Amino acid sequence: MRNRVILVVAAILLAACGSTSGNASTSPSIGGTVSVFAAASLTAAFNALGTSFQRANSGVTVRFNFAGTPTLVTQIEQGAGADVFASADTANMAKLKGDGFAAGTPQVFARNKLEIVVAPGNPKGITGLADLAKPGVIYITEAPTVPAGKYALQALKMAGVTVTPKSLESDVKSVVGKIELGEADAGIVYTTDVTAAGSKVTGVPIPDADNVIAIYPIVAVKATTNAAAANAFIAYVLSAAGQAKLQSFGFLTAS
Amino acid sequence: MRQERVPIVIVVPAAIGAAFFIVPLVGLIVRSPWGDAVTALSAPETFEALKLSLIASLSATAVAVVLGVPLAWVYARVAFPGRDLLRALTTLPMVLPPVVGGIALLLAFGRSGLLGAWLENTFGITLPFTTVGVVMAETFVAMPFLILTVEAGLRSMDRRYEEAARALGASRWRVFIRVTLPLIGPSLFAGAVLCWARALGEFGATITFAGNFPGVTQTMPLAVYLLLPQEASFILSLVLLLVSLVVLVGLKDRWLGSA
Repeated sequence: MRNRVILVVAAILLAACGSTSGNASTSPSIGGTVSVFAAASLTAAFNALGTSFQRANSGVTVRFNFAGTPTLVTQIEQGAGADVFASADTANMAKLKGDGFAAGTPQVFARNKLEIVVAPGNPKGITGLADLAKPGVIYITEAPTVPAGKYALQALKMAGVTVTPKSLESDVKSVVGKIELGEADAGIVYTTDVTAAGSKVTGVPIPDADNVIAIYPIVAVKATTNAAAANAFIAYVLSAAGQAKLQSFGFLTAS
Repeated sequence: MRQERVPIVIVVPAAIGAAFFIVPLVGLIVRSPWGDAVTALSAPETFEALKLSLIASLSATAVAVVLGVPLAWVYARVAFPGRDLLRALTTLPMVLPPVVGGIALLLAFGRSGLLGAWLENTFGITLPFTTVGVVMAETFVAMPFLILTVEAGLRSMDRRYEEAARALGASRWRVFIRVTLPLIGPSLFAGAVLCWARALGEFGATITFAGNFPGVTQTMPLAVYLLLPQEASFILSLVLLLVSLVVLVGLKDRWLGSA
């Protein structure tokens, strides 16, 4: 009994500390854990965003689950404990919303462009999409069920290039990984993936005329048990600070 | 013979144990979009993936038998320093996350891998993104099951038959083929089936080492994963499940007799 009283007192004190040190721009009552299910291409940027969000809201712990967007939709629809869903396309977001698993209207928080990823120094001399079809070039991409794979197909179509990939990978991370390991010569990924891989790969830009702009929407999940923290995280992603952070990882701003 | 009453302390956990496996299967069956079954099953990719799965898993099992039985024999019959360590190393894939196994295979047999670079420069052979790569990934993950089962069979068999054959003048090779192999038949069969089942369900090492392309490296588990979240993928899982169930149950009765 006494322990219980002490616990309650401690909890009140903690809550009080949280509200005094909390960021003025967010609700003072948020706490607990917020589980963010985010597209694989957001890994580096969201990890950084999560750290600064936690710094601004000392009572909250952010947990991330990064995977290909379709995998995340399955997990959420089968009851995984997600509070926030950040998608790499509007189609998967529309599916989640259509199936009744989203709370409120999804908001666009970032955009991304496609880029060709090649080995450091571009040993195969790839200058554009047409070179992907050159003999001797091992080209890999994402499966068309993954947003990046769908966009890659659109870009190739606009450029009038027909090329058979050697593999349809499950997400952008494995495409970049296989380029880094030297197993494939070229792949199509997001600009941000090239930025994140640093010196381990080289990027070859795709001209705007053939490029596809990926749109990233975010929404709170209907089954969330921590709506306050979920909404605070979304607000933070959309805030000036959050947008600046995303830009530093190579994302284009929301509008 | 009168069946004794089974103690309740056994029945309850046994029932929970069985339910733990059956409930997820029921979930899959109940939640599958049966209306789309025909579309999902008649898609050419489904047939291609199933065919590739069967070819690759059977090839992997064949390779595992050819290489794994001699290895098991060495473990069971030859005492040499470092045997336990070697056995541990060759059965490591049973506990290694398959994705890590796939990366290890890339570092060894990939284009810039230890052996892969030499293979490519000397013979022009590349293994990633090929069906051979799929077989390698599946063998890597599944062969340990065969090795351990066959070794256990070799250790528990009555060696006096071998000794008698030797005493009667049969060569060691002849003894192995005519005496040892038939005696360990059930273990070899059980090991091969386990190995095949593991190979059929292999996902992580395959997608990492061999990639995913329909008709070349896209096996059923890969097709199922990449179809998510579409519910048609549930149907494909059930097809894979049904094929394995039919084979496992059918073979068991034919080879081992219904126990």
